[in-house]
Amino acid sequence: MSTDTHAAHAGDHHHDDGHAQSTFSGYMLGFVLSVVLTAIPFWLVMSGTLPSKQITALVIMAFAVVQIVVHMIYFLHMSPKSENGWSMMALIFTIVMVVIALSGSLWVMNHLNSNMMPIHEMTGMK
Amino acid sequence: MTVAVNPAQTGEPVFYLADEHPHPEGYSTSLGFWIYLMSDCLIFAMLFAAFGVLGANYAAGPAPKDLFDLNLVAVNTSMLLLSSITYGFAMLTMQQNKIAQTQMWLLITGLFGAAFIGIELTEFAHMIHEGATPQRSAFLSAFFTLVGTHGLHVSCGLIWLVTLMVQVWRFGLIEANRRRLMCLSMFWHFLDVVWIGVFTFVYLLGVLR
Repeated sequence: MSTDTHAAHAGDHHHDDGHAQSTFSGYMLGFVLSVVLTAIPFWLVMSGTLPSKQITALVIMAFAVVQIVVHMIYFLHMSPKSENGWSMMALIFTIVMVVIALSGSLWVMNHLNSNMMPIHEMTGMK
Repeated sequence: MTVAVNPAQTGEPVFYLADEHPHPEGYSTSLGFWIYLMSDCLIFAMLFAAFGVLGANYAAGPAPKDLFDLNLVAVNTSMLLLSSITYGFAMLTMQQNKIAQTQMWLLITGLFGAAFIGIELTEFAHMIHEGATPQRSAFLSAFFTLVGTHGLHVSCGLIWLVTLMVQVWRFGLIEANRRRLMCLSMFWHFLDVVWIGVFTFVYLLGVLR
């Protein structure tokens, strides 16, 4: 059947399988972007340039998300095509789980914190 | 998938999957390893969630502002980032079949990784010396669990790195070793991705609070 052609294919192109973009320029571009995307949040927090803490927090979280994407593309060589799309499927599934777990935990626990009556008020209730 | 019946002469039918054909060894390793990394990602997500919930419960103990030295964290972050790019160089030289250079880049990666662990342990020792132990408050428990788990991963990566250097030294850049180096590369870069979350959410946002 297709066994022979498949084996020959894998022998020839094994390393290209989903790792076609691992080039020197790719790694360097990823590295430079990462350095910039790391340096700016550190500088923002250490110098306190932005007027409010909330804006600073939002900006550095945005930088983190961008840097994670940069790492995924340039260092982990993620692409929709690698492994016939299965690694992207696994990644999307994981992201969905992570978002549900993180947002759910923070949301529920935050409400619990603000809605639970503090102990000292409860003792005066009788 | 079609189930074919082997028309064997014996009359006893043999069932097998006609679509199943043999794969070369290690064919599915990178996808399998990626799925392992995703499950590891879920572990870290839970630890981040715990830190997010407990991160402000200081129990009248020290707060991030009193404990964290952002200069040190910046140095640490650059160590890990540098080790990521040097591992990338190791992969590039591996593709060109240059054993000596691959080994050199792996060694440099290991040194940066060891520097990262060294700085982190110094930080932990300093904190514990000041009484900021994991038992002090929920914030510190969550902090040590999250950052410690990451550090443990990096330490395991270092052991793996040394093992692979011995493997390459003894057997050269054979197919199996290339595959192993590729898995470690994914592991190493993945740990750098987790560290982005750690320095942003634990250190920078902690100091900002």
